[in-house]
Amino acid sequence: MKPSMSRIRLVFRSTTVRLSALYIVLFALCAAFLVVYVTAMSERLLAQQVREALLQETAEIRGAFERGGINQLLRVMERRARQPGANLYVIASPSGEMLAGNVASVEPGILGKEGWTNMPFRYEPFTELGPRRPHVATGNVFFLDNGLRVMVGRDLGEPGRFRGIVRRALMVALAIMGLGAVIIWFGIGRNALKRIDRMSAASTKIIAGDLSQRLPVGVSGDEFDRLSESLNSMLERIEKLNEGLRQVSDNIAHDLKTPLTRLRNKAADALAEDRDDLRRNALEGIIAESDQLIRTFNALLMISRVEAGSIAAEMSSIDLSAISADSAELYEPVAEEAGLSLTTEIEPGLTVNGNRELIGQAIFNLLDNAIKYAAESGSEAPVCLVLKKAADGLRLSICDSGPGIPAEKRTEVVKRFVRLDESRSKPGTGLGLSLVEAVMDLHGGRLELSATHGEDAPQPGLTATMVFPAQKP
Amino acid sequence: MQTNTPQNDELAESAFNRVHQDAIVPHMKILVIEDDLEAAAYMTKAFREAGIVADHASDGESGLFMGSENAYDVMVIDRMLPRRDGLSVISELRKRGVNTPVLILSALGQVDDRVTGLRAGGDDYLPKPYAFSELLARVEVLGRRKGTPEQEMVYRVGDLELDRLSHEVRRGGKEVLLQPREFRLLEYLMKNAGQVVTRTMLLENVWDYHFDPQTNVIDVHVSRLRSKIEKDFDRPLLKTIRGAGYMIKDEA
Repeated sequence: MKPSMSRIRLVFRSTTVRLSALYIVLFALCAAFLVVYVTAMSERLLAQQVREALLQETAEIRGAFERGGINQLLRVMERRARQPGANLYVIASPSGEMLAGNVASVEPGILGKEGWTNMPFRYEPFTELGPRRPHVATGNVFFLDNGLRVMVGRDLGEPGRFRGIVRRALMVALAIMGLGAVIIWFGIGRNALKRIDRMSAASTKIIAGDLSQRLPVGVSGDEFDRLSESLNSMLERIEKLNEGLRQVSDNIAHDLKTPLTRLRNKAADALAEDRDDLRRNALEGIIAESDQLIRTFNALLMISRVEAGSIAAEMSSIDLSAISADSAELYEPVAEEAGLSLTTEIEPGLTVNGNRELIGQAIFNLLDNAIKYAAESGSEAPVCLVLKKAADGLRLSICDSGPGIPAEKRTEVVKRFVRLDESRSKPGTGLGLSLVEAVMDLHGGRLELSATHGEDAPQPGLTATMVFPAQKP
Repeated sequence: MQTNTPQNDELAESAFNRVHQDAIVPHMKILVIEDDLEAAAYMTKAFREAGIVADHASDGESGLFMGSENAYDVMVIDRMLPRRDGLSVISELRKRGVNTPVLILSALGQVDDRVTGLRAGGDDYLPKPYAFSELLARVEVLGRRKGTPEQEMVYRVGDLELDRLSHEVRRGGKEVLLQPREFRLLEYLMKNAGQVVTRTMLLENVWDYHFDPQTNVIDVHVSRLRSKIEKDFDRPLLKTIRGAGYMIKDEA
């Protein structure tokens, strides 16, 4: 019994049931108002018609009396009284005593006053059998010249008949509405309740740690489906971020373990060293190693800050052409040292809304990479820096003729600590492209990686393009 | 974070004695306002070994008091301090007419905070984590700043002369031709002659970018400059200080 009780309580706690109840109450009120209003209106219309008919008859009876005296009057009245569904006719003496008519008795006092009876009055009709039941009627009383009183009236039926009709109409309406509410609740509400239950069951699993779970999505594409869909895409993003985070922590652990181990070994060597100069060398090595670690941490912090968008405040209109020229000037000797040349093709006067420091650092990273990889591959083709205006904004490309990055690895390499060189023996933090991408994201742009000389060339090379969105006027 | 094991101290000692054993270290007195006691202890010890007397305050209020009561050559102020925020200490000091150069230390990152720090009246900014050699080089340059006449039109180191007005560089009376950027590089080195200048400081002051050049890009420029001013001359002037940076100095 207990589970069903709690089930019922749950049902009453559900939104659908509350909404259904509210719906019933509202419609009941509306229906009651409607019934009362319609009844009142038809009653009024009916009374109006009765009045007109009675006035007409009054005039005719008066005419008969004027034409033929009391006898004519009696004849007319008798003829009329015999017709089926006839009106009420009463002739009474000046003292109010009933002399003739087709009713057994009339509420006292009604015949004493000329004119319309204000309220419906009670009377008793003649009946062939059974007990006499009081009826109500409305009527018009007028006095003849000889002092006799005449009343023409219309039966209004048994008292309470109208109220009975109204009550019955109300009951029927309420019954229909109750039935409707139950159907609505069963058809829509219970269905919705079940779907919400399914959703919360799935959520519970997700909370328990299974981020691969998804909420059920129906085929109708209604509000519930749309809600599930957007929650699912949120979950997907969370799962991706989570995955990225795990990847990053793995990589951090791996990438920091290696230099820390090296650091530790060098310290042990220094400790064991007797000769002062060798010991000094070892200590200097330790410092250099530590500095590299600090750089890695700084780069990591920088990327997370850029990704968090907290640097967005320091944006201003900056001369991208000037930054490009400066960067080329800074790296030209580096390229030369590596046996390469650096060619530039910079369209002057191009500006973007951005952060000079971050864009500068991104360009430096790309130039660094280009020179490093081109030099290692023994390529003698120049490294280039091209800035030009294109349809989709400003494009700053840095190209090299090194080994390039295979197309399928290009999305991979922008992740933190991901390096194509699996052994990680070459210098570098593995964070360069991550920073460039974070910087481009911050500026509403993107980083494009492509092959400089076509995908199938023996030395495809890499062209990294920073695409800045076109400035809004 | 940092444990003061004996090896740690030994490391600091040998590293910084080396850097400064041949530099004439001026007597300098600085104030370090830092709430991380271990970091402060390490810092004051390392400064002392570099010939710098360092007082320590562990919160903003006492730092403000010490900074306004005593005369220091440089103040090193952490940005996040108990009882009074580092930036507020700096602006209050400036309001009280204390114009001691201030270096701001901050764990808050690099680009945007630097600007707010300098606006508040700081003279230099160093994000955490940093290498102590970087902090030391910056403190020494800031401490020396007071004594460096900015108006001086000709810088001299040994037989090397740099004329800031005519942009002429001569060594032993013979003209040395430099690119504009090389000129600025030499100018900055000579302005801080006898001081260690780090690669980051060079990127900041010569190229106006405020981050750590992760690669050898500065080294390449310095070695180009070196070949121009030292070619045909016996005596080297531009020294590489391993693990720290560069220094221009006449050995004689």
